[in-house]
Amino acid sequence: MKILVCISNVPDTTTKITFTSDNTQFNTAGVQFIVNPYDEIAPSKAIELCEGGKGTVTVINVGESQNDPTVRKALAIGADDAVRINAFPRDAYFVAYQIAEYAKTQEFDMILCGRESIDYNGSQVAAMVAEFLDIPSISIIKKLEFDGTTATIDREIEGGKEVISVTGKFVASCAEGTAEPKIPNMRGIMSARTKPLQVVEATPIAEVAKVQSYETPPPRGAVKLTPAEDAAKLIDVLHQEAKVI
Amino acid sequence: MSVLVYVEQVDGKFKKSVFEAVSYAKAIADTQNTSLTAISIGSVEDSEIQNLGTYGASKVLRVTNDQVKDFVNQAYASIIAEAAKSESATIVVLSNSFSGKGLAPRVAVKLQAGLVDGAVELPNFDGGKFIVKKTAFSGKAFAHTELTSDIKVIALNPNAFGTKENPAELAIETYSPTIKSTDFGAIVKEIVRATNKVSLPDAELVVSAGRGLKGPENWGMIEELANLLGAATACSKPVSDADWRPHAEHVGQTGIAISPNLYIAIGISGAIQHLAGVSSSKVIVVINKDPEAPFFKVADYGIVGDAFEVVPKLIEALKSHKG
Repeated sequence: MKILVCISNVPDTTTKITFTSDNTQFNTAGVQFIVNPYDEIAPSKAIELCEGGKGTVTVINVGESQNDPTVRKALAIGADDAVRINAFPRDAYFVAYQIAEYAKTQEFDMILCGRESIDYNGSQVAAMVAEFLDIPSISIIKKLEFDGTTATIDREIEGGKEVISVTGKFVASCAEGTAEPKIPNMRGIMSARTKPLQVVEATPIAEVAKVQSYETPPPRGAVKLTPAEDAAKLIDVLHQEAKVI
Repeated sequence: MSVLVYVEQVDGKFKKSVFEAVSYAKAIADTQNTSLTAISIGSVEDSEIQNLGTYGASKVLRVTNDQVKDFVNQAYASIIAEAAKSESATIVVLSNSFSGKGLAPRVAVKLQAGLVDGAVELPNFDGGKFIVKKTAFSGKAFAHTELTSDIKVIALNPNAFGTKENPAELAIETYSPTIKSTDFGAIVKEIVRATNKVSLPDAELVVSAGRGLKGPENWGMIEELANLLGAATACSKPVSDADWRPHAEHVGQTGIAISPNLYIAIGISGAIQHLAGVSSSKVIVVINKDPEAPFFKVADYGIVGDAFEVVPKLIEALKSHKG
């Protein structure tokens, strides 16, 4: 079995988001980058499925060399090798195309991604990769079992779940619950330094989307407090003043 | 040229988010001096189909083939893309629902189109460009994304645009798309859905609780408050991590992002990761015994007090308010 896992390099979750150059660029000064939290679930699941010599896990990232520490973190939790497609990840369409082009050169059973990235909040890459490869995609999964030929997957839907069966290659985007995120141990961190990290050049493709500018949400006014002993009054306020109930 | 909107059905009905997508697509069609076509896949009641006209669709393509009765991501994407081509649609709108998140990217690739997912406003056509505002950085910012492809795909966030009645004469056409057997690699075996609960991503009102509740056994009052309001229940990350509540209820940066009209946070301190997932709520109410809780800084209304004293008072007040 061979599993390809896509990971994204994103600002740490505690980052205060600011912009430079007239709000056209994300301000990366002083920002720590991490493996996208959703993308930690995908390699953890892949490693779990391959445990006991059942297969190998290859991590794929589209990005420039500053992403290498993030890629090494995924190797540290137990992936076997990594590929970095050397290009600025300008939009989801571009990233998905690069991953699909690489996947076409590989034998694989499944491709796992995170459900979305916490920076641009796209949940586009997984389904786009699948479409470029013309294989099924299952978005926002919570459970995955694989018997060697058929995968049984729980997909999240509004108010419940769908149980899906898929035979043959597929792409799935993983949400919380799919696997317990693995934490790298010292041995993993040491061995990650010497695991293969192949760098391949990107395949050109026309641009379809680009961010023109950013803005931060307007600040809210000061909180209006209701004394605890008059808690009931809050219901009147929400009804008459805020008009939300 | 036209605008196409995909109208997702659940058990033969359309949810509010679908009528929002139709209202939104109609507003785009008006600015482009063109008409709005809807595409419906699966079995939907006739009276429900008529409602599409209420929000401005002038034509609906109905696909009722048995093979696509249930949602199959790949097959539905093929049908929507084929309809977009046969209608010469230059803009395709979907809801950014769980299914929409799986469909929109596939439709975009089939149409070699750029996609904005999580759109919150109508496109801006200034200077002949096509720029859509969307959420980014988990609610900490918005990005104005330009689509430069010939065809554009937009997935609209629920509760961002609202519904707008705009009655149009609705022509109903049966549509028979090409059904490819290769589109059925993944099949739905079972659907498990709690029908008696308000689903979180669609909810207009949300009652959420955190570690301040001390244990899962104390969620009774949270559920009672939510039921009285007709709200969905949610929780913070530590609560779902401790298995007090299911992961599907976890809102925040690594859970789901929501933008209800009212978000009531009880016993949640307001870590930056939690705030990211809920900050686009229209009204935020915070109940916390710690007056220094960071959540109060982004709240509209608040009560500094113990949840175990305050929540029962709210329940009583709601009961008498309703009675």
